[in-house]
Amino acid sequence: MSSTDISINHDVNHAHEEHDHHHDQNFIEKYIFSQDHKVIAKQFLFTGIAWAFIGGFLSVLFRLQLGWPEATFTFLEPILGGWVENGKLNPEFYLALVTMHGTIMVFFVLTAGLSGTFSNFLIPLQIGARDMASGFMNMLSYWIFFISSIILFTSLFLETGPAAGGWTVYPPLSALPQAIEGSKGGMTMWLISMALFIVSQLLGGVNYITTVINLRTKGMAMTKLPLTIWAFFLTAILGLLAFPVLFSAALLLIFDRSFGTSFFLSDIYIAGEALSNTGGSPILFQHLFWFLGHPEVYIVIMPAFGIVSEVIATNSRKPIFGYRAMIGSLIGISVLSFVVWAHHMFVTGMNPFLGSVFMFLTLIIAVPSAVKVFNWIATLWRGNIRFTSAMMFAVGFVSLFISGGLTGIILGNSALDIQLHDTYFVVAHFHLVMGAAAFFGMFAGVYHWFPKMFGRLMDDKLGFVHFWLTFVSVYLVFMPMHYIGIAGFPRRYYAWTGFEAFNIFSDMNTFISISAILGFTAQFVFLFNFIYSIFRGRRSSANPWHSNTLEWTTPVLPGHGNWPGEIPTVYRWPYDYSKPGAADDYIPQDVPFSKTQSSNLPQERDFE
Amino acid sequence: MANETVKSTDTNSVQPLKFALWLIIISIIMMFAAFTSAYIVRRAEGNWLEFDLPNILLINTIVIVLSSVSMQLAHNAAKHNNLKQLKVMLVVTLVLGAAFLVGQWEGWSELVQNNVYFGGRGSNPSGSFLYVLTGVHGFHLITGLIFLAITFLSSLKYKVHSKNMLRIQLCTTYWHFLGGLWLYLYIFLRINH
Repeated sequence: MSSTDISINHDVNHAHEEHDHHHDQNFIEKYIFSQDHKVIAKQFLFTGIAWAFIGGFLSVLFRLQLGWPEATFTFLEPILGGWVENGKLNPEFYLALVTMHGTIMVFFVLTAGLSGTFSNFLIPLQIGARDMASGFMNMLSYWIFFISSIILFTSLFLETGPAAGGWTVYPPLSALPQAIEGSKGGMTMWLISMALFIVSQLLGGVNYITTVINLRTKGMAMTKLPLTIWAFFLTAILGLLAFPVLFSAALLLIFDRSFGTSFFLSDIYIAGEALSNTGGSPILFQHLFWFLGHPEVYIVIMPAFGIVSEVIATNSRKPIFGYRAMIGSLIGISVLSFVVWAHHMFVTGMNPFLGSVFMFLTLIIAVPSAVKVFNWIATLWRGNIRFTSAMMFAVGFVSLFISGGLTGIILGNSALDIQLHDTYFVVAHFHLVMGAAAFFGMFAGVYHWFPKMFGRLMDDKLGFVHFWLTFVSVYLVFMPMHYIGIAGFPRRYYAWTGFEAFNIFSDMNTFISISAILGFTAQFVFLFNFIYSIFRGRRSSANPWHSNTLEWTTPVLPGHGNWPGEIPTVYRWPYDYSKPGAADDYIPQDVPFSKTQSSNLPQERDFE
Repeated sequence: MANETVKSTDTNSVQPLKFALWLIIISIIMMFAAFTSAYIVRRAEGNWLEFDLPNILLINTIVIVLSSVSMQLAHNAAKHNNLKQLKVMLVVTLVLGAAFLVGQWEGWSELVQNNVYFGGRGSNPSGSFLYVLTGVHGFHLITGLIFLAITFLSSLKYKVHSKNMLRIQLCTTYWHFLGGLWLYLYIFLRINH
């Protein structure tokens, strides 16, 4: 009797041998509740793009208010209804717009949309696996994310509006429904949505890590992984360690809001009346939040690091400069990301000595970041550069990362931060270094791997138009913001017209708003290109960029199980571009050294 | 589903699901690390209600340690194809796990009797933290009990034996983790009280 069940284990281990027989899936199994990593990646991508347009649209709305504070916006009434009163945007709705823009962009676009798309799509394809370790958990990850999206989206239509306490949802503002309209139903839905989002991220992250560790093909040592995989792998580890802490903070906030506890509340008077809450500490929330919040910005940027490294090496036709230094700096950034969170809290009255410790640790991050930038530039140096759309965005990424990173060194100083904290200088800094830069990484990834996703190429000319409009408008938006920030403009203010000193900058704010609208409009070029190319784009060959990594050894449109036959074996690292003596300027990872004797280096002769 | 777990040709690696379970355990550890460090930080700030821990927590601790022992015995029984002992030990673990939960509930009643409340007027974060720590642990213990029940049901169908150890191995790992987590919480509360 003990042998009745052995067959179950067998078909788990040998599923890949059966993959040819799976083509009788119905529509729902194939496209909706799919367990195929490629379909799930596309689901994340489509949802991410939808969210990006919503988030971008919200930013245009509040830029209208900031650019033309005296104007009347009656033309917005059909869209916004009661949120526009006599042509004026409701100030509390303005706060809700800012909050939702931040939440959507940071979590739903640049975390789920970026990691979700490219980790899912590339991890199995680049390490040589049939699929993720658990397709079911992967599917669950997407659909929980989807439910969380629906909840957040629905909160936009509440009568009291969505959450409005900033994307950082600091209590007591976010904890007390009587404090602001957005802290009523909108905040509750924000918290539920975020709790589900975290569950989704954890399910995804567990899968990414397990797959990278366990399912690499024969010969694929960790030191032969493409840098994309290293980046996704470390991103998933960061998420696994950081998101549960946000979950704890969110749970305590939920208890404070709905169950009358006082974790973050103490001695509060509202309208002259004392609340019963005693003993809580709002600073505690900030510690918990930023313990996630800081790694979160690396969760956003590190996949972009990986994508950019891969795209730059491929399109410079050169090995990535300093492969091991790239891995080392990724690991360095990952470790440091957990010990710098209090630099978001320099002005909370923390001990100045503690402040200088966090300042020191923060400034150390400049070292691995500079290593990466140096290596990208050194890879480009005297490369045989091909300016594909993906390459343009990758180079644009490096530019934005430098411009935004430099101001990070300024903001990391606890003394300078007293002046700059919560001004537009901060807004400019993080939008360049992790907002726009991560978007550029995402665009580079979409243009580069589009042929593998849809079997067709995106249009390069439209890609260039998209790139230049976006690149120029990003700088036109965020460069002037530095000046405004140094002048002392605080973030999250509905209008500055009440302050005489700020009036001289009103033209500059109008200029920023015009640039922002230009930048948002440019994204429709991308949207058109993306949708058009899915159906009508030029058909791609199996390896259109002459790239080395394993995903290009699959058929043009890989089916379930990715490789029709055996999974290829890996013999070399992924960056053998323009190797002296080789027949082509690229040697894919699955080409054994015995076939490339003319180009083998002395130490590689042993492997022939 | 046959395509639920797709494994590469490389068979030397750890079973992916075991690895995934360890990662899930790490994320739970991070959650409790956040709670307990928040507890320490908050306690250091003062305005902290001191009260006695319910005595029943010690009994609960003994119960959960015993359940870990019976879980291990069930695991060993499965390994040696001693299916009768396997089922008995799984039931014992289930009962002890449920008893632990009931005991925790009793602990909460004792707290309420001593005027230590979760929320509302007169509550203090020191009490609320105790409820949260025990409550979130209790929630995970319920998931553990569900996992145990699933393992028990499959053992009734003769699906747990020496050649089919994956499920009970996962269950044992998770259960030991939950026990260890409680031990940590109990010692933590004893020290910081």
